[in-house]
Amino acid sequence: MGIIEGIMLTVITAATPLLIAALGELVAERSGVLNLGVEGMMAVGAVCGFAVALETGEPWLGVLAAIAGGVIMAALFGVVTLIFVANQVASGLALTLFGLGLSGMLGSAYVGRPGARIGSLELPVLSDIPILGSLVFGLDPITYFSIALAAGVWFFLFRSRGGLVLRAVGDSHASAHALGYNVIGVRFMAVLFGGACAGLAGGYLSLVYTPQWAQAMTAGRGWIALALVVFATWLPGRVVLGALLFGAVSILQLHAQAIGVGIPSQFLTMLPYLTTIVVLVIISRNRLLLRVNTPACLGQPFVPDR
Amino acid sequence: MRLELIRRPAPSTLMTVLSPLVAVALTVATGFVIFAAFGVDPLEALYFFFVEPLTATWSLEELVVKATPIVLIAIGLSVCFLSNTWNIGAEGQLIAGAIFGSIPPIFFPEWQGPLILPVMIAMGILGGMLYGAIPAVLKVRFGANEILTSLMLVYVAQLLVDYLARGPWRNPEGLNFPDSRPFEGWQLLPKLFGTEIHLSIAFVILAVVVVAFVMRSTITGFQVRVIGEAPRAGAFAGFSRNRMILLVFLISGGFAGLAGVSEVAGPIGQLRISVSPGYGFTAIIVAFLGRLNPIGILIAGFVLALTFLGGEGAQIMLGLPEQMTRVFQGMLLFYVLACDTFIHYRVRVRTKHAAAAEA
Repeated sequence: MGIIEGIMLTVITAATPLLIAALGELVAERSGVLNLGVEGMMAVGAVCGFAVALETGEPWLGVLAAIAGGVIMAALFGVVTLIFVANQVASGLALTLFGLGLSGMLGSAYVGRPGARIGSLELPVLSDIPILGSLVFGLDPITYFSIALAAGVWFFLFRSRGGLVLRAVGDSHASAHALGYNVIGVRFMAVLFGGACAGLAGGYLSLVYTPQWAQAMTAGRGWIALALVVFATWLPGRVVLGALLFGAVSILQLHAQAIGVGIPSQFLTMLPYLTTIVVLVIISRNRLLLRVNTPACLGQPFVPDR
Repeated sequence: MRLELIRRPAPSTLMTVLSPLVAVALTVATGFVIFAAFGVDPLEALYFFFVEPLTATWSLEELVVKATPIVLIAIGLSVCFLSNTWNIGAEGQLIAGAIFGSIPPIFFPEWQGPLILPVMIAMGILGGMLYGAIPAVLKVRFGANEILTSLMLVYVAQLLVDYLARGPWRNPEGLNFPDSRPFEGWQLLPKLFGTEIHLSIAFVILAVVVVAFVMRSTITGFQVRVIGEAPRAGAFAGFSRNRMILLVFLISGGFAGLAGVSEVAGPIGQLRISVSPGYGFTAIIVAFLGRLNPIGILIAGFVLALTFLGGEGAQIMLGLPEQMTRVFQGMLLFYVLACDTFIHYRVRVRTKHAAAAEA
């Protein structure tokens, strides 16, 4: 495998967790719920996935556990913000703090232990095709799933009745309620979907990307996923592009550190975070672009009046 | 049967006071279950967590030491949150304050005298304000989401202080430890009355009094509230939302910077790769638990400082993971936010019969 090919492969794997987490958050936000707890849900997903895979020896059970962990965390958030109509920003922060703590607590017994890994598919013949072979046919199954997920989310949101209802709930909860749609129910499902995706993204980190558990191993990826949703102006296709961009930045800084470009490693590690800020600024400058797709009720609590 | 939220005609004063108390009680109750799940005696664990730190003089002093930065930051954040602006990067602004405040003693190690400490403190506040100004300017000028930018800047600040303490600012006589040279004499905040409590506690008291006065009795305080609660009314009154965003970020950044320099010139006594165990995030919880009110924040700050101290105790005495503290803190914020619902709403239980009868 050539160097360029290798780098491209690692870029895709670095992009995958961002893509999955951002797609989940995108659906939640389209329904009008801003869940800032992605980082916390990812961390819990990562530790659940790692622990279950290690204890059972079945990496795929780990994947399911990661999803379940994310869903349970999201359910907590859903209860507090949708049923108790608490402030979504503050509740999301609480979810992140709680999730980071909980994952550290659950994972304290697993630090430094080698984990189970989900490998790449390695299809015979096909993955042996030079360059294209390993890039198209030599990835891990979850990465393929993430691409299908992006297509699925797009189809659901913009080509299905359910998606239309979900967007209606996010754009005008009062009208959707008046039409007889269950606003709280739709939002709860969207939040749970977001949790499942964040959990899966976390599981990807601890089962595929770096098969091990370390405290705070999510390293801000949940927050970057949140920024990706804004960057993508709430459109799934652009989330794919954004995830690849961020994957590329994080891999390039790793390679730069390995080669030793004479810049202190701390500054290179800053790059993904600085990129996030720059990208947010660039995209936010164009307010019209944002206004077209921003869910109008994003972050607003809904209490049905009778 | 189903539960319904009915909006109260006016916020309930009783629930405003009761809500944080109920939240603390629920947190302790949940802690009981968690400890039991971890196979330790819950009563013993709760004792180590919440009571033991209150039984010795040294740990009471330590409680004040830990509460100091938390309360300082939370007071600044409360102004920010009241205006409905979300600075969640106080941890980064704290680090910026620690870095800026360390410049005088690191570049002029021989400098002694009554002037250096005020210079350090002024630098620390300035550092926090400048770092807080970044997300504010990006928000005002470009509309960039301040939640995400202020948080991203936390990671940047952590990496920057890591670089400085390992690299150019490392103590040349320090046996390769990633610390700056220790600050000495006039470069340190004096300790009070032979205790471990530093002069920074005076900043806390001053902050409580000043912010309470400003929020209650000045036009600026009124503007913060109006813009926070009714942005349209604020706009009609001619209050500038953009000016307010800048102002509250400068205030909260300045307080976080003060907390940062107070740490390096106080309990830590030098610049290290890590200058805070997450005080900037804990302060967010404290601000809400304290009802965004300076007096409430003072009390809440001590409650949260207790979880830091108790967490250390439980880790040593019972071998519980240190992350237990974060779990408690996150849980507490969840509970207080959920309990706050009852300030504005009351719950009505509707049975199927009642619903049918009404229809």
